[in-house]
Amino acid sequence: MPNSKHSPALPAPTLSTCFIGVARLLRNPVGALSLLALAGCKLELFAPQGDIGVQEKTLILLALGVMLLVVIPVILLTFYFAWRYREGNTKAVYAPTWAHSSKIEIIVWGIPCIIVICLAILIWKSTHTLDPYQPIRSPAPPLQVEVVALNWKWLFIYPQYSVASVNQLAIPVDRPVAFKLTSASIMNAFFIPQLGSMVYAMGGMQTQLHLIANAPGIYHGLSAAYSGAGFSDMQFDTLAGNQEQFDAWIARAKKSPQILDQASYQELQKDSIKDPVRLYAKVDAGLFLGIVNQYMKDAHQQVAMQMPVAAPVPVPQRPRLSAQITE
Amino acid sequence: MFGKLTLDAIPYHEPIIMGTLAVVLLLGAALLGAISYYRKWEYLWTEWITSVDHKKVGVMYILLALVMLLRGFADAIMMRVQQAVAFNGAVGFLPPHHYDQIFTAHGVIMIFFVATPLVIGLMNVVVPLQIGARDVAYPFVNSLGFWLSAAGAALVMCSMFIGDFAATGWVAYPPLSELGYSPTVGVDYYIWALQISGLGTTLSGINFIVTIWRMRAPGLNWMKMPVFTWTALITNILIVAVFPVLTATLVLLTMDRYLDMHFFTNELGGNAMMYINLIWVWGHPEVYILILPAFGAFSEIIATFSRKPLFGYTSMVYATSSIGVLSFFVWLHHFFTMGSGANVNAFFGIMTSIISIPTGVKLFNWLFTMYRGRIRFHSSTLWTIGFMVTFAVGGMTGVLLALPGADFVLHNSLFLVAHFHNVIIGGVVFGCLAGISFWFPKVFGFTLNEFWGKVSFWCWQIGFLLAFMPLYVLGFKGMTRRMNHYDVPEWHPYLVVALIGALIIGAGILALLIQLYVSVRDRELNRDLSGDPWNARSLEWSTASPAPFYNFAHTPQITSLEQHWDDKQSGRAWQRPQHYERIHMPRNTPAGFLVAMFGLLLSFALVWHIWLAAAVGLIGVLITFIARSYNRNVDYYVPAAEVEKIENARYAAMRKAI
Repeated sequence: MPNSKHSPALPAPTLSTCFIGVARLLRNPVGALSLLALAGCKLELFAPQGDIGVQEKTLILLALGVMLLVVIPVILLTFYFAWRYREGNTKAVYAPTWAHSSKIEIIVWGIPCIIVICLAILIWKSTHTLDPYQPIRSPAPPLQVEVVALNWKWLFIYPQYSVASVNQLAIPVDRPVAFKLTSASIMNAFFIPQLGSMVYAMGGMQTQLHLIANAPGIYHGLSAAYSGAGFSDMQFDTLAGNQEQFDAWIARAKKSPQILDQASYQELQKDSIKDPVRLYAKVDAGLFLGIVNQYMKDAHQQVAMQMPVAAPVPVPQRPRLSAQITE
Repeated sequence: MFGKLTLDAIPYHEPIIMGTLAVVLLLGAALLGAISYYRKWEYLWTEWITSVDHKKVGVMYILLALVMLLRGFADAIMMRVQQAVAFNGAVGFLPPHHYDQIFTAHGVIMIFFVATPLVIGLMNVVVPLQIGARDVAYPFVNSLGFWLSAAGAALVMCSMFIGDFAATGWVAYPPLSELGYSPTVGVDYYIWALQISGLGTTLSGINFIVTIWRMRAPGLNWMKMPVFTWTALITNILIVAVFPVLTATLVLLTMDRYLDMHFFTNELGGNAMMYINLIWVWGHPEVYILILPAFGAFSEIIATFSRKPLFGYTSMVYATSSIGVLSFFVWLHHFFTMGSGANVNAFFGIMTSIISIPTGVKLFNWLFTMYRGRIRFHSSTLWTIGFMVTFAVGGMTGVLLALPGADFVLHNSLFLVAHFHNVIIGGVVFGCLAGISFWFPKVFGFTLNEFWGKVSFWCWQIGFLLAFMPLYVLGFKGMTRRMNHYDVPEWHPYLVVALIGALIIGAGILALLIQLYVSVRDRELNRDLSGDPWNARSLEWSTASPAPFYNFAHTPQITSLEQHWDDKQSGRAWQRPQHYERIHMPRNTPAGFLVAMFGLLLSFALVWHIWLAAAVGLIGVLITFIARSYNRNVDYYVPAAEVEKIENARYAAMRKAI
């Protein structure tokens, strides 16, 4: 896989660079801050590597631009008025009773209204095009990935290939990925900043997310919803490579000595942190659905996990209780 | 006998906690010793603990907030240090178990026991004076409300030394907050601390609505009401509307944890999404509950120190009211990423951005209040101008987060953390600190030291920028909140800057304490004998500083929006009445304090399942309450002669000053 494409890691800042930074900061805090912000290093959300992320970056910049049209003048006017009408400046006009002007009132209500109308149109359109449940249009058929948030690691199941992995996600570039997400226990959010949207993974429920990578690389993925003691280590690498590299990864997984069946899943779902990357050559069909339905066994006295194929299962469009899935 | 409570509940092995405990015990012993040595117990009991005077209750609220601010800030520093050191394999000095409690406690304390008491404290001090009332509508309930809040704060402090606190984040999402994943007493402390203080907040909400509705001085119709009182009214309506939702939500969570119910569990048909919706149905209006009175304070201050009436008063009133209404229709923006449909997400996104209209109008109105004014840069003016600049940025990032498409990548990131600190520090905290330095003389009769006030402002302002601007950047770099450690070296320098910023904010807090000390020390130099140290505009400045316990010798007749200013212009201000009348006042009572103390016992016992003590607490609450209900001796009359004596002394002092 595209290890060669790994961007060289920046050297960790040493203590001395910290001190230099501090010294510089004390001399010129604002300048140092903007230096840090600009020259520091790239902003992941502004360097998206997939179409969804690109759209979200454009949306953020557009919305910021529209709002800055008002915010910057307001800030400048605040400073200007504060200075101009300071007590000591007796040359400035003083209007001690002036407190109303219909013209100004119309403007101060009008400007925010216009901005918000623009934003509302932007929100309506972008929310529909960026709906995480909406499949990405592409000539390539989507790669299906079932994501399970475990305490505290990520399990990725590839039903089309019947392989699975822990804490490593491999995807081909330019092919949409259709994620189905759930959690075995505590709520998490599945997030790969450079690819775009995150969605919650919740126990007993299934959510969906569609992403695409348009450039090969290794993208940092993590949980964006605090889920207990091991949360900070719920990190994974997303390996985005071309089709051959992806096929090679699948082949490597197929050769793995480990398989993911009920017994090994029960072992895997126990609390643990910093789990090494693991590949599974084979996955029990319906394991994911079994995890979604695991909380139904109390209610129905039937272990959904053992008979997942038995019931016809409609594809849920929105997060649903597992009750609605089986009934 | 002691339920789940054993000696093992005390975290002996945690040096940080034990060190803190030692300091708390030493300071506590020193304080108690000092009170005994100076024989101040009786004074404390009769003048403060049992007091129902709204000004004293307000002062106690603010004191509570300042004490809890120190605790909340200590948590903040520990988090910032942890994140500044725990990278690239280093684990830092706080293991997740401790760190997770700290960020939970920080959020809970800052919202419930710093921001809320600050805001309620200010309303207590100011509202009755602004509307020409002698006190609030239900003085006993006011005292009860304060002591319940204090009991909640005490319970949170207990959790540090006995047992543990919730490690769930400040809104305690299930299933993490359920018994299965949080088996210790932490979440129970969280629940009961919020329930007991939430009850206090609800009671004070009811109290202020009735006070503002029914106790305005004759002639004070709605559109003559000062903006601070308007914001207080809307805030209290919001409190009464949404705090019961919080209470009910926590009751359901309590039943899950105590009675094996399954409202929010994964199992047996429970659903965490219900909790998440309910908590934000309370949670979003809560932020407006906090910010509106701050807006009110800024409005009063900017008009006073620009020496002009507030620009667009009517706009302000409608803007405030519409923010109040809109705040109910935006809660879903806290979880756009939970899989709602595009229509639902877009609706809540648009509703949220609509709130920026009235908020923007307010900003413009403050701007045009400064326009053609004569601005005096008092420290409270600095807080206001700092707020206007800071809040413009915070509002903008808030609207950005309201775009579902943007929130899909910024949700739960440090960008979000930076945003809400931007509006809460830049809005609520700046507003309350501005309000404190503005109204301080009205309560204590002397003004605060300006030098240290300004030092405090600059430290807060610069510290805020350094602490939170890097977090915005980190949000764009994909760093999520609540991380104990991380392996991305590029995040590190920003977190070092954030730590420096937090330390500068710490200097601001220190300057605030020095300001209080210096001001009390030099109080004779800064006496406010006129009662109107700022040449201000609204009614509260027409009475003496400190305001007498009955507020006004005669109930004032209201003829205009800026009553005191107009009186000064027309020469009617400070006119001595021909004669005085007796004044009807509420009597002090220990009932509020006692109910809250029994409530504290009840809550603590419920946390630890000590059922006998819980029964004692509950019975104590009920009996005290019933006894209070049958007590007919709750009021008295101040004789006209005594009023005359107090007023004569005031006018004599004023003459000397002029």
